Amino acid sequence: MGKYQQKTIMIGGGILFGLLLILAQFKMIDLYVQSVIMFIGVNIIFATSLSIVNGYMGEFSVGHAGFMAVGAYVSSLLSVILFTVDKETGMSILPPSMSIYLFPIIIIVGGIAAGIAGLLVAIPSFKTRDDYLAIITIAVNFIIITALNNMDFVGGSRGYMGMKKVIYGMEGIFKFPYMLFWVITFAIFTVFLIRRFITSTFGKGIIAIKQDEVAAEIMSVDTNHMKLVAFMFSSGLAGISGGLFAHVIGYVNPGSFSILKSTEGLVMVYLAGMGSLSGSVISAILFTILLELLRPLQIFKWVLIPLILIIVMQFRPEGLMGDKELSDYFPKLKKFYKFK
Amino acid sequence: MSLLKITDLTQRFGGLTAVSNLQVDLEEGGLYGLIGPNGAGKTTIFNMVSGFYTPTEGVINFNGTKLNGKKPHSVTALGIGRTFQNIRLWHDMTVLDNIRLSQHYHLGYSVFEPFLRTKNYYKNEKRIEEKSMELLGVFDLQDIAHEFPKNLPYGIQRRVEIARALAAEPKLLLLDEPAAGLSSADVSDLIDHIRWIHDNFDITIWMIEHQMEVIMNLCQYIKVIDFGKTIAEGTPEEIQKNPQVIKAYLGDEGEMYA
Repeated sequence: MGKYQQKTIMIGGGILFGLLLILAQFKMIDLYVQSVIMFIGVNIIFATSLSIVNGYMGEFSVGHAGFMAVGAYVSSLLSVILFTVDKETGMSILPPSMSIYLFPIIIIVGGIAAGIAGLLVAIPSFKTRDDYLAIITIAVNFIIITALNNMDFVGGSRGYMGMKKVIYGMEGIFKFPYMLFWVITFAIFTVFLIRRFITSTFGKGIIAIKQDEVAAEIMSVDTNHMKLVAFMFSSGLAGISGGLFAHVIGYVNPGSFSILKSTEGLVMVYLAGMGSLSGSVISAILFTILLELLRPLQIFKWVLIPLILIIVMQFRPEGLMGDKELSDYFPKLKKFYKFK
Repeated sequence: MSLLKITDLTQRFGGLTAVSNLQVDLEEGGLYGLIGPNGAGKTTIFNMVSGFYTPTEGVINFNGTKLNGKKPHSVTALGIGRTFQNIRLWHDMTVLDNIRLSQHYHLGYSVFEPFLRTKNYYKNEKRIEEKSMELLGVFDLQDIAHEFPKNLPYGIQRRVEIARALAAEPKLLLLDEPAAGLSSADVSDLIDHIRWIHDNFDITIWMIEHQMEVIMNLCQYIKVIDFGKTIAEGTPEEIQKNPQVIKAYLGDEGEMYA
């Protein structure tokens, strides 16, 4: 990938992104389409983060939405307490105008909290292997949801809101599609970070674990350490997607991070192919659009979507892309961007 | 100077004693053999030395460091390389990546540097790649650097595996049945190859092998074990004549003709 092409893609991407923001700024794309684009962004972060553990490392984490919930609640609480006048938390601690600058930091703090939660889960669970990790992560998902349901200061099962006030506060100072901007920025940032991780000799250690853990250990890869790093990284990114999700909707309740949400993540990763970054991005886009198209079916879409998964597993067990990247199918793309 | 010194090593799995009271003393620069019938406990010994099992009793001392209880990756970092009886390459990774990953213990950069892509990161990645390519060149494998091991013939896979074990710059190389599954032409290649590695890499080699052609041609000193116990040791000539070894391999003559 030459310097010239790198510039081309950065400028091209920048123009597209700018155009999208301008269109949104002047209300030329309606709010529904905007929100679909934002959900695509959130799902890209969620799916690619899960693909680190389930795709690249070959372990089976099932409760990923639990970490999303941690990120969502931590960042929501922070932004509401810091920037809004609330009858429970009282006056805003910081002037609301600062939210414009501090918003990304709040999202990242949510991610760090989720990363720490991930570490706490990973330390005991990687002493066990394979199926046990799946069982433990399901349990953790339930623990987090039940805990949130019973915490009154975050609204219990009624959910927690007030994040919209923060966004309105930001928009009151300067009208701008903030959420659209941040969701897409974080999505790009996530893909960028994962790519950097997975292309380094350090990060390839987790691919070695997937392919042969015994060989990885004997070839000097500290498998335990790698697993902790990868799991923490993955759950941290899930936390970021949660924080963004909470601020896009302006409302969170424990129910939206149930095992069903985790399943959505699994569907996206397995649809994409294990260990394909561009695959996860594509399948997050397709899957979000599909969910929107199937909205008229209501709950029956949850008959159709698992059915798609079964069909894919029957005819293409390695997923749509396997461990191939988009640039493997279209070598010309390599000039512009390599996913590995 | 003694490189690996094992004293009174015993490994029990429940009621089964897989290895009992083993004494080993490997001098630096030697080429040693370990033989014995199937199930004698040879691979168990290797697994203890490389850190997969913690010995029930006894001490493994490598170059002045006690290995008991150390994890395999830190044993490798201390300087013990190993290959497996059934080839354990990462088959969906290029040959170059296979070699590259064996230097995971001295990457030279911290956890955060792959994300930040610091100068230090690029410098060390370049160093690792250059070293890997150099090693592949020495093994005449540079043409297949970007192939996947699963697509390579078995003999070549063996060579890649040995190259990978050497990438971690071991002082002691454990070869677990390197000739298993090779054709006779490949076996004679392997013998030359191991001798060449031994001469050129300034390394001590300890190998398990069933094919006597390999063991008798290469090893200076052989240890024979059966049912976890040492039954004989000595030079190839001594071993070939030892009645107990013949008995362990061919059975008791008295029983056979009774």
